[in-house]
Amino acid sequence: MSNVDVVVTGLGATTPLGGDVSSTWDALLAGRNGIRTNTADWVARYDLPAHLAATLAVEPTEILPRVQARRLDRCEQIAVIAAREAWADAGFAIPTDEHEPVDPDRLAVSIGTGIGGPVTLLDQDDILETQGLRKVSPLTVPMLMPNGPAAHVGIEMRARAGVHTVASACASGAEGIANAWQMIQNGRADVVIAGGAEACIHPITVAGFCQSRTLSTRNDEPERASRPFDVDRDGFVLGEGAGVVVLERADHAAARGARVYAKVSGYGMTSDAHHITGNHPEGIGQIAAMANAVRLAGLTPTDIGHVNAHATSTVVGDVGEAAAIRKALGEHVVVTAPKASFGHLVGGAGAVESIITLLSIYYGTIPATRNLERIDAKVGLDVVTGEPRKVELAAAINNSFGFGGHNVAVLFTAA
Amino acid sequence: MSEKPSDAEILEGLAEIVEEVAGVAPDDVTADKSFVDDLDIDSLSMVEIAVQAEDRFGVKIPDDELANLKTVGDAVNYVAKNV
Repeated sequence: MSNVDVVVTGLGATTPLGGDVSSTWDALLAGRNGIRTNTADWVARYDLPAHLAATLAVEPTEILPRVQARRLDRCEQIAVIAAREAWADAGFAIPTDEHEPVDPDRLAVSIGTGIGGPVTLLDQDDILETQGLRKVSPLTVPMLMPNGPAAHVGIEMRARAGVHTVASACASGAEGIANAWQMIQNGRADVVIAGGAEACIHPITVAGFCQSRTLSTRNDEPERASRPFDVDRDGFVLGEGAGVVVLERADHAAARGARVYAKVSGYGMTSDAHHITGNHPEGIGQIAAMANAVRLAGLTPTDIGHVNAHATSTVVGDVGEAAAIRKALGEHVVVTAPKASFGHLVGGAGAVESIITLLSIYYGTIPATRNLERIDAKVGLDVVTGEPRKVELAAAINNSFGFGGHNVAVLFTAA
Repeated sequence: MSEKPSDAEILEGLAEIVEEVAGVAPDDVTADKSFVDDLDIDSLSMVEIAVQAEDRFGVKIPDDELANLKTVGDAVNYVAKNV
């Protein structure tokens, strides 16, 4: 069991459903769709089979000052936007020389990403090819590096206890939160700004995912394309977004009278050692991740009322996860799969979905899974459909898995 | 440029570039201001400003010369001399 109580005191996000947490949450509860036709000219130019994308509801350049926006890759922009929201939501002001709301030596950042800034990398490569060295931006490297999002947040919030970036593909956001929890356990920090971000919608990433046959090609029906656990699912929809939470030592939060959303009570983190993109057929890594999270929290599987599933809407992945949930926790858990509404946010997914998980505890409401019209008989779980489910939750798990065989389960409990 | 620009025209052009790259209000870009100390422009932005100034005024600003351009006035004089 953990030695130190760690709580969540601030939330921030920008997603295909909304430019902040409340608009995202409200849209999710209302069953709104964040998946759109990808109108970029390159879809036709390269004859890409997938014509869908879950692009941000609010363009980051509408939020950030122009000069700051041009110095940041899109992935960095959305990490900064989500971090500012989370920081303010936790009750902190932006630090100045006169006022530092958290001791910088006790403040850290842990923001993961799957790829970082590939769009900058590729755009600047084009500039080098067509216009030569002089026109390559001097900001190229700091914009493309995957630690850029965490570093920019660390500079703005004055975090001197360490700024870290994990890259575990689609598990990055959840692993960012798990690592932050561990930093507080280890005594390295009292407050950690944690989460994940991704903005990698580009012809080459879409082409690559198309070639690995992982994207939905339900091009005529964007709103019905992402359908986790449904018999007619045919792949995920690539999205973009960021989620950031403020994790805080419970006594630190109590001393300043902070509002507490939930407690982070544990996590499980395993690796499949099996295949670079495919799940282990028996789900051993996923099962162990959930079981380890329960054990670390000092709970038993029957205590877990809800799982926010990774379920990306792929044929193999969804039923594999469902089987792992049944084995690790039992058939009693109530499940939802929010990628049906906002697609797959890659490195942002585990963070945004952690926020949804802990809000489900906080509000006693589990959002429904859109598009689940005929549940795959192999799922064997109670997946919320239609209307949100009102249910009091003591403990819930967010699952996030990634290419590479990464399995992360983060366990939240009621504050 | 067909004719040599005046110092005032160079200053005006530089101010536009500095605003575009670093968001400094053009009125603040005056000859006595230090790029780093007064206008808070970092070394990365200085590279961008130099490239844009080269294109706009048709001058070359090698790195060892750029390092000597501490103030806006230094830059105006350099451009005026080399254009």
